[in-house]
Order: sequence, then structure tokens, then C-alpha cells
Amino acid sequence: MSDQPIAKPVLGIESSCDETGVAVYDLQRGLLAHRLYSQVRLHADYGGVVPELASRDHVRKLLPLVRETLTAAGLSVDDLGGVAYTAGPGLVGALLVGACAARALAWSLEIPAIGVHHMEGHLLAPLLEAEAPQPPFVALLVSGGHSMLIGVDAIGSYRLLGDTLDDAAGEAFDKTAKLMGLPYPGGPELARLAEQGQSGRFRFSRPMTDRPGLDFSFSGLKTQVLLAWQNSDKTVATRADIARGFEEAMVDTLRIKCLRALEASGAKSLVIAGGVGANKRLRAQLAEAAQRQGFKVYFPRPEFCTDNGAMIALAGALRLAAGQLDDAQIRVFPRWDLQQLRPLQPAGGV
Amino acid sequence: MTELSVHLADEAAVAQWAQSLAPQLGQGGIIHLYGELGAGKTTFARALLQALGVQGRIKSPTYSLIESYAVDALAIHHLDLYRIADPGELEWLGLDELLGDHSLILIEWPERGGSELPAPDLILQLAHAPAGRDLVVRPLSAWGEAWLAATSPLLSTA
Repeated sequence: MSDQPIAKPVLGIESSCDETGVAVYDLQRGLLAHRLYSQVRLHADYGGVVPELASRDHVRKLLPLVRETLTAAGLSVDDLGGVAYTAGPGLVGALLVGACAARALAWSLEIPAIGVHHMEGHLLAPLLEAEAPQPPFVALLVSGGHSMLIGVDAIGSYRLLGDTLDDAAGEAFDKTAKLMGLPYPGGPELARLAEQGQSGRFRFSRPMTDRPGLDFSFSGLKTQVLLAWQNSDKTVATRADIARGFEEAMVDTLRIKCLRALEASGAKSLVIAGGVGANKRLRAQLAEAAQRQGFKVYFPRPEFCTDNGAMIALAGALRLAAGQLDDAQIRVFPRWDLQQLRPLQPAGGV
Repeated sequence: MTELSVHLADEAAVAQWAQSLAPQLGQGGIIHLYGELGAGKTTFARALLQALGVQGRIKSPTYSLIESYAVDALAIHHLDLYRIADPGELEWLGLDELLGDHSLILIEWPERGGSELPAPDLILQLAHAPAGRDLVVRPLSAWGEAWLAATSPLLSTA
């Protein structure tokens, strides 16, 4: 079975946190359709993203979203060969909605289903693109909830190389924006301001780059910005200049750690994933470094940087094709170590 | 005893204060931690968790909403309710299941949880001061009162 990919498309469901995402992926034909019910607009009224509304929305949106995605792919449920869903990590209530729906659907259709690790989805998202990286590669996963460097030795075989000791990169963007009076979450707005800011007027430290290691710490950077802002004239121009200084410190730090991780692992490919991966300065600096130092850098398209169903459908399709599936029990894992996953091809397998 | 105010001059003072609190928390309890963005809640929480014996990374729970740890028999749950808009959402966190005799629950932004939150033993309020931070401590249970009575003499010089 392991060398015989299932011939039918796999439905993927993502509902681990704030987004409801659904997609259909086929190992031969690629991504057939994907839909995201973005709840950001809804939650903006509440000053943030709202877990219970998110979960309630997963319930309310999931089945219509599945129907819409199948229609877009020109398929009916009977055409499906398997179902993949995010089984963790994430909010227990949110995960259960996706897991229950996926299990029930697979049960009724008598097809296999598999729980996917949310981070594996992110790591494999660049495989959705025409020019896909081959393992081994290093992945930088930077989002509101994560700042990780991961060594991808093979699909399913992951090593955590570095992690944040406190705030995630996206969280630092959002909170720094808030400290300077931008509405929360203001990370993207802060990045936009930074483009107008003057380089060099404010310089902040590059946390933890003056010592060896691949861990991050962004909490102190936030405090530095707060002090700079409080002691400033608080004009529009100054805000942009501080934003510029902050973004440069953040991007420099991420770049330095990526280069270190590549050197330490010997890999020649770098994958950037997560919402901060859409940051223009980060993309430009890494592309430049790649050209200068002779490695390749891969960015998923921005919609696959953030949470989505396509990455779950892809990861699930690969695992189902390798003969992996779980029993029919509904299990979710709010906390789940990426390094504990089963390799895609067990030792001694084909 | 109503409340106690302390000035914490720097991060070392925060850590020292957390150290003094930690030994009282072996049986668990509920602590509400108030303060604006950047007031030092997370720094304080990190210092407290480290003083309790948590090893390794102590990540901000802002996005995950909850980060849990176990030290010996004590289950520690560090919550950040910043992204909660309606107290009814707490149901989805499975908060009821976190409560217990050997469970310590430290909650940042408790005002977002409103009346749905279990009553605290201790309320801590952090605020910016011209140099460092001001901390106000308010006990709300017999446990909290007893702790403060025993500890406050040690803190008068803080």
C-alpha cells in the first residue's frame, strides 16, 4: 500500500484556532480547491480574535464550507478517498469541531481518515507550489503563536532547532503596534508604517544574536520600543521611524538565525512559513542572502503562510498514501510535540 | 489586611518577589494578574513559574490562550485572556477541568473573563512607575490573607 498512492482526492479540514479552512488535494492532480472562512472581520468588532466565536463559527461554517469547496472542485463527497483534519495542537474546543466532522464524514463514506499535526501542515505548505523544496531543508515558522526553526530531515521527521523563549514574532509585531496606539492586531499595519519610516533613527537590539544558539526572545524588544515611544515626541513621523527600527531589528534577528540554522544543519534549502512569512522586508532580505550565500529559499504564497485547509489536505494525503490511518475514535491533542510524529516511511519500509 | 503596595525597581526585584511568593503556592490556588500591555505581567509570570521549578521555555500564552506545566504534583496553568471578548468563551478552554487541589492557575487579563472566572485567592496589579514597576497585592481568601500576613514583613524593604 505504501507505494500505491490512493487514487482519490483527500478532503482537508483545519480548525485549530481562529480560521476555518477546507480544501481538496489529489496526489496526482494537486490542489483541486480550497476555501477559508476568515473570521478576522467578525472579530475586529470585539478588539481581537475570539475563541468561542471562532469555535462556534467552526460549527456554523464548516459544513457549508465543505460543500462549497467540493462544488468548486467539481466533486461530490462520493469522489473522496480520505479525510484529513487538524488533530492538534490548538484549542480543544476548536479542534473537536473539525475532528468530529471529519470522523463522521469518513465513517459514513467508509473511507479512511487521519489526524494531522498543524505544524506539519505549515512545514509542508511549500509542497503546494509548483517549485517545491526537497528535504532536507530548514523551516522558519513565524506567526502570531510561533517562532520556530525546524530541521526537516524527511517528510514526517522533524527536529526542533530553535524556539521562542517568550513572545512569538507575530505577537511582538501585534503588541508593538498596540503600544504605539495602533488597533490590535496591528502587525501588518506596523509593517506598512515601517516602509515609510526612516532607517537608523531608532536602533533596537537584535535579541540573542550576540551568543550562539537558535532560540528567539522578543519580549524585551517590545519593552525597548515602548520606552522609545514614551520618551519620543509621539508624532506620526516618529511612529513610522520607530516601526522601521523595530522591523529592522526583527528581520535582522530572523535572518541571522536562519543562516545559523542552515549552517548548523548543512541544508541548502530554507522554507519560510507562518503569517510573518508574508512580511516584505523579511522576504527581500532572505532572498538576497540566499543569492549571496548560495542556498534556495521557498515562500509559500501568502494565503498558504497563514492557517489554511490546503496544507492539512496535503499532509493528510501524503500520510494516507503511505498507509497511515487512525482508528475511528475521535482524538485531539491540544499539546502535541512535532518531534513525536511517525516518519512517513517507517524504517525498513519501501 | 486589605492590600499591600510594593515598588519593584527592576527585573531582579520582580524575580525576588516571585521567589518569595512561590513557596506558598505548593497546594495551588488562583491568582489574577492585572496590568496594561508592557506592565510586566509576563515577566512576573515567568519569574513565578521559574521560582516554582518550571524548567525550559515559558512561552507567552497570548495566542494559545493557555500554557500548562507540571512540577512534581502541582499542575500549573498559565492563561492569558487578552484575546477573549466574551466570558462565555471560557467554556471552550475547559477551565472547570483545570481546577483542583493541586492546581495553580495564573490568569493574565482576568478582566476579560468577568464573572465566569473562579474567584481568586490573590489579585496582583502591576503598573508602570517612573523607574520600575508598582505592584499592588490584594488577598481574597483565607489562604491569600494568611500568605500576605506571613510574607509582608519580608517585603517591607522591597
